[in-house]
Amino acid sequence: MGTLLTTPVAPGAAPPRGTRGRRPLRRDGRAGWLFLAPTLIVLGLFMVLPILMALWVSVSDWTGNGSPFSSRVHFVGGDNYAALLAEPGLTRQNFATSVRNNGYFVLFVVPLQTALALFLALLLNQRKLRGRQFFRTAFYFPTVTSSVAISVVFLFLFSSTGTVNAALKLFGVDGPSWFADPRGIFHLALGDPADPPAALAGHGFLGLSWWDWLAGPSVAMCSIIVLVVWTSTGGFMLMFYAALQNLPPSVDEAALIDGATSWQRFWRVTLPQLRPTLFLVLTLGLIGTWQVFDQVYVLSRGNPANTTLTPAYLSYSSSFIGHQWGQGAAIAFLLFLVIVAFTLVQRWALRERR
Amino acid sequence: MTKKRWLGYAVLLLVAALYIYPFLIQLATAFKTDADATAHPLLPWPQQWSASVFRTLAEQDFPRWALNSVFVSVTITVGRVVFNSLAGYALSRLRFRGRRAVFGAVLAVIAVPSVVLLIPKFLVLNQLGMYDSYAGMIIPLLVDGTGVFIMKQFFDTVPVSVEEAARIDGAGPFRTFWSVVLPMSKPALITVTILSFQGSWNELPHYIVSRQDPALNTLTSGVASLVSGELGQGNQFPLKLAAALLMTVPVAIVYFVFSRRFTQGTYEGADK
Repeated sequence: MGTLLTTPVAPGAAPPRGTRGRRPLRRDGRAGWLFLAPTLIVLGLFMVLPILMALWVSVSDWTGNGSPFSSRVHFVGGDNYAALLAEPGLTRQNFATSVRNNGYFVLFVVPLQTALALFLALLLNQRKLRGRQFFRTAFYFPTVTSSVAISVVFLFLFSSTGTVNAALKLFGVDGPSWFADPRGIFHLALGDPADPPAALAGHGFLGLSWWDWLAGPSVAMCSIIVLVVWTSTGGFMLMFYAALQNLPPSVDEAALIDGATSWQRFWRVTLPQLRPTLFLVLTLGLIGTWQVFDQVYVLSRGNPANTTLTPAYLSYSSSFIGHQWGQGAAIAFLLFLVIVAFTLVQRWALRERR
Repeated sequence: MTKKRWLGYAVLLLVAALYIYPFLIQLATAFKTDADATAHPLLPWPQQWSASVFRTLAEQDFPRWALNSVFVSVTITVGRVVFNSLAGYALSRLRFRGRRAVFGAVLAVIAVPSVVLLIPKFLVLNQLGMYDSYAGMIIPLLVDGTGVFIMKQFFDTVPVSVEEAARIDGAGPFRTFWSVVLPMSKPALITVTILSFQGSWNELPHYIVSRQDPALNTLTSGVASLVSGELGQGNQFPLKLAAALLMTVPVAIVYFVFSRRFTQGTYEGADK
């Protein structure tokens, strides 16, 4: 034993480089870069280069004709960003509206999908549950199917003569024409007053009155919220479920012996152990919900009255429909910042509570 | 059975019904007439069976969209399986300078929100003259960071001793990879295949920004345009839902055959 340890090697350190070790190393290098070449080329061309190019377009006056690098395209500095954030006008108002809409979307979808996913995972995790496989399949299936196909189904479910309204009628409720109704639900809860309080209507932020900021998600946006919660819960449920399965049963049993009620065991024992998964689910939820695009593109294209407009869709429509490429690129970067910021806040908040 | 357990089952069944019912409605409505769909939106079966919308779809561009979807998804899936496993192997097993940096870069790239890249990708495709072509639709999706990550994680678990024999016999890195490690990697390869197929079949934004020629429509972009009323006036819900139903079928088959694979990776250990 002792003789073997004459040349001590720190754990994880590279093996001693003799003549035997060196040759494979050089061969590995060439092979390594060769193996990585397709990946590096594709990611470089379609991930890194696009970001740099868009950064240039976001500070230029390119209108989509010819190359953004031609001499007819000029550097305009922060003009595109200023139009979105500072200068009064329709551009700023639309951007603010899209941020408001997406803000409410996040505010509703993330807690709902997280709570529902955790709840379903806890139900699935009951000992001696029959049909576990069936329930898992049922809840997860919407997550793997096409968002376009699902959106088409929901277009029918929530149409004015659709399934949801027919079901509501059974209870004597006249459902709205969901995708055509731009009224905010907070406004509706207040009885949709014709004369909003002057203090709120007269002042605002980013070209949008406080009254409009506080509208809540529109009825149309609510149907998209239901759709997204319905489709995304399955994936998060599986994450919680996997985490629950990996918890040592002894901790829970100890709490049980100590006489903790099931409610106490959930809050004091199970939930704290799930914190890493909770963190993952919340972060993925926040990142995902700020990117909502497919559903808006298929269902509403920002209508009615811009109440389902989101920054991702606005970025697309400004560029491809409005030919305001600089504006579209600038929105994409602002959205990127929002997503990064929320991820950081999220990280910080969960660490603080520890 | 305790009262609590009954309650658990009742809630699970209720939620499961909420998750399954939309698909039943979709299936039924595809076989309804327009009038039937409007009059009985709650019924998960048609009053009178009608398959006319499928004929309408067959006469329209639908078959072309389906062919495009098959071609694009299969190509992307093959590409991802090959390139992701090559890259994953290099990052896991080949020792060379810069490997860690590359791995870090791949992880960073995964973190970039794809929606943010929509316009940037169009700019590059346009500049490279790949806009409105199969190449533009396929090549940017040929590699995905998540797939590289999955393959690398798998290769990390393969014992080094497996390769040593081959290497001592003088096999080069590619030979070792191809004839020793890859045949052992079926579980990871199947996972990447399924995720790639499902992802590229369901992709929408990239197919919107990489082309405008209607002949290049995939099912996702085609059905999305159909919904906005390309096939004429009226609600035509049976037609739209039939289209949505047909595009769901391949992914549904893959899902029900491989449903355990879908839950691998992040959810490893969840199977009981």
